[in-house]
Amino acid sequence: MSTASIALAPTSTGGFSRDLRIFANEIRYEFLRALRTRAFSLATIGFPAMFYILFGLLMNRGESLNGVLVAKYLLGGYAVFGSLGASIFGIGIGVSMDLSAGWLELKRASPMPPLAYVLSKCCMAIGFSVIIVSVLTLLGISFGHVHLTLGEFGTIAGLAAAGAIPFSCLGLVLAFTVPPSSAGGIANLVYLPMSFCSGLWVPLRFLPHAIQVIAPITPTYHLAQLMYASLGATAPGTVLNHCLSLLGFTLIMIGIAWIAFRRREQNS
Amino acid sequence: MTAVIEMPEVATTTTAETVASLLGVTKRYVNGVVALDGLSLSLRRGEIVALLGPNGAGKSTAVKLMMGLSAPTSGSVGIFGGDPRDTATRLRTGVMLQVGKAPEMLRVREHINIFRGYYPNPMPYAEIVKAAGLEGIESRFFGELSGGQKQRTLFGLALAGDPDLIFLDEPTVGLDIEARRGMWTQIRSLAARGKTVLLTTHYLEEADALAHRIIVINKGKVVCEGTPAEVKSMGSGAMTPGSNSPQQALKIIRCATTLTAQHLEAMSGVTRVELIGTLTSITSSQPEATLREMLALDEQLHSLEVQSPLLEDAFLALTSNNS
Repeated sequence: MSTASIALAPTSTGGFSRDLRIFANEIRYEFLRALRTRAFSLATIGFPAMFYILFGLLMNRGESLNGVLVAKYLLGGYAVFGSLGASIFGIGIGVSMDLSAGWLELKRASPMPPLAYVLSKCCMAIGFSVIIVSVLTLLGISFGHVHLTLGEFGTIAGLAAAGAIPFSCLGLVLAFTVPPSSAGGIANLVYLPMSFCSGLWVPLRFLPHAIQVIAPITPTYHLAQLMYASLGATAPGTVLNHCLSLLGFTLIMIGIAWIAFRRREQNS
Repeated sequence: MTAVIEMPEVATTTTAETVASLLGVTKRYVNGVVALDGLSLSLRRGEIVALLGPNGAGKSTAVKLMMGLSAPTSGSVGIFGGDPRDTATRLRTGVMLQVGKAPEMLRVREHINIFRGYYPNPMPYAEIVKAAGLEGIESRFFGELSGGQKQRTLFGLALAGDPDLIFLDEPTVGLDIEARRGMWTQIRSLAARGKTVLLTTHYLEEADALAHRIIVINKGKVVCEGTPAEVKSMGSGAMTPGSNSPQQALKIIRCATTLTAQHLEAMSGVTRVELIGTLTSITSSQPEATLREMLALDEQLHSLEVQSPLLEDAFLALTSNNS
């Protein structure tokens, strides 16, 4: 790895290796910043952990759902919940604050590659998603008699990480469309109802019929089905279907975020 | 309404290469507001230029255009002969903006090093710390800094790339007198090393102390341009901006009068009317005529006082909504 980069450096104009170095630096400091910001790190890790302990471990002890232990089934749901929280609050609130404070403008005026800013925030959300899945898994194994193969863990961690991408795009839409003063409130109004309506807290079959009908509109629903299926539970829909739904959602969010950003740029 | 004074040191200043220019730039926002109206200005190598003007004059818009953060509706922006949005251009510019909040949980040292990382040949870390006066606060989180320390850190970020052209938007806001003078010294030494500095400011004193050239803008147009001495003499009553008769001196008439502001503003020569408590303050380029008219119309007029405007008043007069 190091020999490759050494060989590359003199031949390239420094453009690519320079960008790569800036990206790595930006990601490192964004992660550090998020970890140090207790209000963010404790809440995004603590909320899913607390909910999982309450609904997944203390209640419904030893019961099964769709072929697996409730504690194992809900591990998938709360992993999605965690990924959504890290993304909505990390990107949505983070970018919104940078935007209103003028920090984003200073970054854009610098020679930093513009993508480095967004990607570092997205990578931060991915990192937090993986941390949350790991914490939930440890809780499940220690206190909920959850048995998980390494492959299963790898799959749900990978899904949580991948899920942070569409959710980050949703966060970007929030940051560019909602005024910063109300961003926190709106973020919660998206975060909590979306989690509930897609059956992340309480499995859908125990929820009113109306909610079961609207659940497939949410991206969290599709990611959750992929989680349940990879944990050995029966889940409706095909893998391809869920993946395409998530991809479609991501593209729509990127489109809206791009339009909102351009509009903002012209008006600023 | 543009009065450009001939520069006395034409020979020395025009020979220096132009590093940045706005040519006939108009910026109209989507909501119809015209922020810049055919504005032209140029910055030459090694000079400190102060962009002076009231809020909403278009200072920030001009800076944003030169930083490539927004595009002009018409006209052209050239920085080092290139597009301000090119990375190659950005590598040679440094910016200090009025930033309310930088990421608070990063240390001053980390912020500086992140920005240094953007440039292939950054200014040495120790030099930035010394120039921006960051000794002793390098390990503090940005969120823990006082207002002045935050400003100095942001100044440090502007220096990070050892840029040839530096934009400073209200750089000394929130600094105490000592820190302000310290930053002035740094800005002067940058210019002495051949760097070009454009600063926007509300403080006449700052423009006066620092700038080789002051450009006063209002409503998106250049009102006047010249050395600090020239702009001062122009504003302080030597002549009315835009008028061909330099004998007409601006004066401020203060009195208690029953005449309404609208009525006063309609009088010839009156550029500005302001109510201060029970007194009315009238700025006029034809004070004798204005007074004669006022005295004829208002027999109860009393507490009369006529003064030459102070520097601040002169600046206000130059940029007030007259013309």
